[in-house]
Amino acid sequence: MTVLDRPAVSAPGPSAPRRGVGLLLRWWRRLTAMRTAIVLLFLLALAAVPGSLLPQRSLSQTNVRGYFADHPTLAPLLDRLYLFDVFSSPWFAAVYLLLFISLIGCVLPRALEHARALRAAPPPVPRNLLRLPDSGELSSTLPAGQALDVVEEELRVRRFRVVRSEGELSAEKGHLKETGNLLFHLSLVALLLGLAGGKLWGYEGSILVTEGQGFCNSFQQYDTWSAGPLVDSGDLRPLCVDLDDFRAEYEENLTAASFTADIRYGAPGEDGRPTTIGVNGPLRVDGDRVYVTGHGFSPTFSVTRPDGTAITDVAVPFLPTDQSTMASEGALKLPDLGSDSDDQLALEGFFAPTGLVQGGILTSVDPRPLAPQVAVVVYQGYLGLDSGIPQSVYSLDATQIDRGRLERVAAENLAVGESLTLPDGTTVAFTGYREFAALQYSHDPGQAWVLGSAVALLAGLLGMLLLRRERVFARVASGPGGGGTVLTLASLTRGSGESAPRFAALTDDLRTALAARTRAPEPGGPPA
Amino acid sequence: MTPDSLAALSDGLFSVAVALYSLAVVAFCAQLAFGRRPVRSAELVGAGAPAPAAEAPAEDTRGRRWGAVAMGLTVLAAAAHGAVLVTRGLATDRLPWGNMYEFATATVFVAVVAFVIVGFRAPGLRHIGLFVLAPVVLALVLIGLFLYAEAGPLVAALRSSWLAIHVSTAIIGFGIFFVSGIASVLYLVRSRYEARMADGGAPSTGVLARLPAAAALDRVAHRTAVFGFPIWTFAVIAGAIWAEAAWGRFWGWDPKETWAFIAWVVYAAYLHARTTAGWRGRPAAWVNVVGLAVMIFNLLFVNMVSTGLHSYAGLN
Ligand code: HEM
Repeated sequence: MTVLDRPAVSAPGPSAPRRGVGLLLRWWRRLTAMRTAIVLLFLLALAAVPGSLLPQRSLSQTNVRGYFADHPTLAPLLDRLYLFDVFSSPWFAAVYLLLFISLIGCVLPRALEHARALRAAPPPVPRNLLRLPDSGELSSTLPAGQALDVVEEELRVRRFRVVRSEGELSAEKGHLKETGNLLFHLSLVALLLGLAGGKLWGYEGSILVTEGQGFCNSFQQYDTWSAGPLVDSGDLRPLCVDLDDFRAEYEENLTAASFTADIRYGAPGEDGRPTTIGVNGPLRVDGDRVYVTGHGFSPTFSVTRPDGTAITDVAVPFLPTDQSTMASEGALKLPDLGSDSDDQLALEGFFAPTGLVQGGILTSVDPRPLAPQVAVVVYQGYLGLDSGIPQSVYSLDATQIDRGRLERVAAENLAVGESLTLPDGTTVAFTGYREFAALQYSHDPGQAWVLGSAVALLAGLLGMLLLRRERVFARVASGPGGGGTVLTLASLTRGSGESAPRFAALTDDLRTALAARTRAPEPGGPPA
Repeated sequence: MTPDSLAALSDGLFSVAVALYSLAVVAFCAQLAFGRRPVRSAELVGAGAPAPAAEAPAEDTRGRRWGAVAMGLTVLAAAAHGAVLVTRGLATDRLPWGNMYEFATATVFVAVVAFVIVGFRAPGLRHIGLFVLAPVVLALVLIGLFLYAEAGPLVAALRSSWLAIHVSTAIIGFGIFFVSGIASVLYLVRSRYEARMADGGAPSTGVLARLPAAAALDRVAHRTAVFGFPIWTFAVIAGAIWAEAAWGRFWGWDPKETWAFIAWVVYAAYLHARTTAGWRGRPAAWVNVVGLAVMIFNLLFVNMVSTGLHSYAGLN
């Protein structure tokens, strides 16, 4: 009933220059055939699989590095096949672009045809109605014309479009089904365009902000950022965000209940409007969004040199290594405190919001800051910050330690208010903590477009799947022996559900209507 | 009742539901055993009827009675099963699909409800009951053994009205696909049998002869998939909207998202295959079976093995 592949063209003997065109045409037809679409859909599904089984750079650089470390020979091979960037790889793009070309090639001609069909009359009555899958005969004592009138009225009540000609009638309804189909497939194309636009003009930046600090939207400030190729880095929306207060709340069983950040935001130099953001509730400013994507603690330290130079209450974000206890690790680097570059000071530390010391080892037992403690190891010497090799702000450069240029001078567990004294008389005090929030700024101009396409897609899908296109044909002839009229009915349905019961119901209704018009007992039998 | 006793009641009802489903399985077996007289189909074959198996031979009263008992037990078990979820929800004062145990339990519940609806609308299809409920019992036992999680509060990321929208529709879509996939598996089995019969093979005296006709199985597989597909589409879209608010992007190829996408594409391929010459029938049914495999893989493997945002370890 729904053979969707267009019949293969039987090319009539082509001349030489035409042959190239003919070949192209044949390939085009093959590409836009439904059979190809199914294969391409399968390929697309298959192509996405490695993206979920192998670590992906877009999700976690760390995991990819870990994979390289674990599989030093295999990983570079996989990398050459883009298997750590599956969703931005050329072969993944090839599959979906082919699919979309196939889709456009398939759907555009259908759309044109549909536009024509919307205005055209229902198709003419087939010659042999009784060959159609749903068909039957009714007889009536009404004259032929009147019987057909009754059928026409009944069909029009059911919102069929009806065309009458001599002794026959054809009717059609349900163009919305095809409209739904086209809407659905074209929405897919629109959705892809929205995605592409977002990738080209969108950007994203992340930064850790400790309470009392803030950031402005610029790539220089972010800890990490990514941007589409068409983003002009001088043209970012001027917006600054200050973090006033961060709160993490927990249930009795220490399930995280909520994370909220009180922030102020506005253009640079402005006072800023206060608002609260949190999990599931980002800040939205003209389509751009600011999210809380994580949180942690920034212990604060005061360092005082014997000569009196000091820095007080410097807060350093420590990264949580265990979300359930918020045990965190980080480093404080003070390259400028000493007299020269071989007299720099740094500490590596472990922070426990609720610390428990057993056998000299500090662990964290609760994510809430009930009894904060740090375990610190203090180093003096050369930090290697100007060596040209970038280093993490959360740990010290191990090569300097290995070379002996950075020397371990003290290690101790400290509670808030406690301090330790180094051999040279410098004191390091653990003065408390502040909380930090991991904030993310996102700009995706394609997002609204994608959402609109998705909604259209769903609407089209519902129309396509739930609606039916029905055609009904009728022809009248005079009954055997010239008495009364024989009405031949048939219908063609495309769409969901079984057509036979609906056709039976329609025939029943027509029989009743004919009988009512005759006001006489129906002479004929049931439909054949 | 206190939350603790409600939670205990929920766990007790889980066992009750499993026991009742098991009884229903036994009753469905009995229905199949007594249900039809394959002798009659043999006679039809002898007479050279074109599609003998498509004719539903009269079911004897014993079989019909067992069928009614089986359906009754299924409905009863489903009531207990639904009550598992309701009491969980009351005990925790939230929607009862906040972790894998609850999600999987709810999905199986939807599958049973979908089967019951199919069974009441098309009584001939009740004969697939055994093949729906046996996996249901197996799934519930595995869920109880390996996925069980104490009743508890939701992690922060899940405290959103999108939980009701996204997860509910995902559960409903999955449950419906489950029935659809089983119908396709049975279709594959039965259509091979029918092909053998058409080649003059000997009729089976076993279960094969008592399955609904291949055409009916294919139709129910397609109808349920057509019903499930927009629901699944909606669930994926709702998930993307939620992800935009919760994770900072609407789509990021997180493993769960990737497999939801793969499943969606496979079901789209199934719907196409059903209307494409050369793919209709067995190839299309295979695509549907692959779709179900992908859905189950997404539930089990992606939740338990891979680490993604959907693991809800915490805020990060
Ligand atoms: C991104 C790729 C595509 C997706 C996700 C997709 C999805 C769908 C879905 C879900 C249906 C509903 C099936 C039904 O009516 O039961 C459908 C129908 C249809 N698709 Fe696609 N499609 C895609 C590509 C294509 C392509 C490339 C073609 C043409 C070669 C095509 C032609 C059709 C046609 C003609 C129908 C109507 C079937 C009918 O009327 O029964 N689609 N599509």
